[in-house]
Amino acid sequence: MSLAPAIRLENVSLGYGSNVVLRDVNFDVRQGEVLVLLGGSGCGKSTLLKHMIGLHAPFTGRILIHGRDLVSARGEERNEILRSFGVMYQMGALFGSMTLLENVLLPLEEFTDLPREAMEAVAHMKLELVGLGHVLHHLPDEISGGMQKRAAIARAMALDPSILFLDEPSAGLDPATSAEVDHLIRMLKLHLGITFVIVTHELASIYAISDRAIFLDRETGTIVATGSPADLRDHSKIPGIRAFFRRQSEAVAYRSTS
Amino acid sequence: MSIATATRGRTQGGALSVSLEGRLDVRTTGRVWRETEELIDKEPLAPLVLDVSKLKYLDGAGVALLMHLQLRQERAGLHFDIVGLTLEHARLFELYESGAKKELPPEPPPRSGVEQIGRYGVAFLADLAEMTRFVGELASALANAIRHPRTVRWRETLRAAESCGADAVPIVALIVFLIGAILAYQGAIALQKFGAEIFVADLVALSLVREIGPLMTAIVLTGRSGSAFAAEIGTMKVREEIDALSTMGLSPTRFLVIPRVLAAVWTTPLLVVLANFCGLIGGAVVYLSLGFSMTSYVNQVSSTIDLSDFLGGLFKAFCFGIVVAAIGCIRGLQTGSGASAVGISTTRAVVTGITLIVIGDGIFSVAFYYLGI
Repeated sequence: MSLAPAIRLENVSLGYGSNVVLRDVNFDVRQGEVLVLLGGSGCGKSTLLKHMIGLHAPFTGRILIHGRDLVSARGEERNEILRSFGVMYQMGALFGSMTLLENVLLPLEEFTDLPREAMEAVAHMKLELVGLGHVLHHLPDEISGGMQKRAAIARAMALDPSILFLDEPSAGLDPATSAEVDHLIRMLKLHLGITFVIVTHELASIYAISDRAIFLDRETGTIVATGSPADLRDHSKIPGIRAFFRRQSEAVAYRSTS
Repeated sequence: MSIATATRGRTQGGALSVSLEGRLDVRTTGRVWRETEELIDKEPLAPLVLDVSKLKYLDGAGVALLMHLQLRQERAGLHFDIVGLTLEHARLFELYESGAKKELPPEPPPRSGVEQIGRYGVAFLADLAEMTRFVGELASALANAIRHPRTVRWRETLRAAESCGADAVPIVALIVFLIGAILAYQGAIALQKFGAEIFVADLVALSLVREIGPLMTAIVLTGRSGSAFAAEIGTMKVREEIDALSTMGLSPTRFLVIPRVLAAVWTTPLLVVLANFCGLIGGAVVYLSLGFSMTSYVNQVSSTIDLSDFLGGLFKAFCFGIVVAAIGCIRGLQTGSGASAVGISTTRAVVTGITLIVIGDGIFSVAFYYLGI
């Protein structure tokens, strides 16, 4: 018996105002899978992510998280769904007035009845796991961008969610720090079985972490290809995908396929 | 509903045995943590065997509990053993082990009172030095703007003038009109005792033109425009737009400060003229209600104030305009980083602006007294 998908999108059309960015999107994210959303700038990757985490409601369709519809859920049911996943935002979005420890403690204080000592132990463990145990009393402004991203992952993991959404986890990081974040993602997947949905442009990261990639097309507002990154790179005939993986302009990729 | 329980027993060797069952996750661990502590507290010196063979699920919070129990026993020099750990749970245990075994580093100690006073003192002196540098830079940029008017960004200046001048007309007019009326009423109460209500007009005119008009206009401008300048420039600083200007070789003072200062310098005296007029109308309304005529009011006012009173007020307004705009801009340029930085700059712009205006007004009062103005 196959496991139920961690996330399922059914006939989802979404956008801003009256502007439809993506239409009739259908896909599943399997449990324990690392799924990467790919596409050129402006194709709607981040918009799709924002809809998947409930920040915006789609025009039509259902977004099921562990079988429960995030779009139609209200009140406590919606909060429960929201607490079942963690999100790391592109800029970290750590609370600037709180130390890293306090940032990770916040969801534990708000949503669990753990004794104080236990909360501190859990927060400390999460920060140690992402390699920040030595700076846990620092404010976000006092650490580097890469550390802020790792701290944001620790905060997203505070309640041990089974799904993590990461928006550009490697953007703006040097290759070594980016590789550290990739290693962390692989480790979390392997040891904790976390399902990841990641928006990224970094080819090295895509090859290093993803099981499957979904390629979005700006022109048609649809998913044009799904598969492993290597498959998409080697076998896709779509100029946009070839251009993406070969770091070419689309016009050059189009000439090389025709 | 996820259920987790802790039950107490005894091993064949006589050690205390605690069996954990069910789902030990972030939501259930809190209760189990307390229950387990209570069970162990009953026999604080007993060796402990933790049976986790019936655990269905374990996450980070559950691992924290297991680690906590292990550390507690180790610190007391007592035997500890875990039995029934599945391979999957053992991997999780191993993943978190290094972090959980470390002591939480202590928070840095709070600063002593003396250190804090010292820090405030240094910050105050640094602020003073920066203000002084800014005043010099502003004076030099203003002189340059006068010598080379084409270098001034006039479109930006007009936009700032509209924002801090034209848009402020309704609030300045309303506030000073009401203050003129209030002054007249308050004056009437005191002057009635001497049968001298007619001098209400003199009191309103003199205090408005020399003092209240420029002062209230400057305070309203500080709250409205000084804070807006600080927020606008502060947001630019947070978004690195100021850095972009500097690296393009453009002076933020010429580009951002001069247009705002010029706008405030010419709109503040105009607002003061309007404020004086509105305040006098407010006074007139009360004066007429006391049974006097408009002719009497005009005669009293024109015999009380002369051109030097009026020009003195306008000169103060001119200086206040510079102070309001300059303080708003420098507080904006001093904006730090973080979510609260712009709010802090805005507050500092208003507090410093009002403080300097009141201090300046005091200096003008003394100077005018000795100059006989």
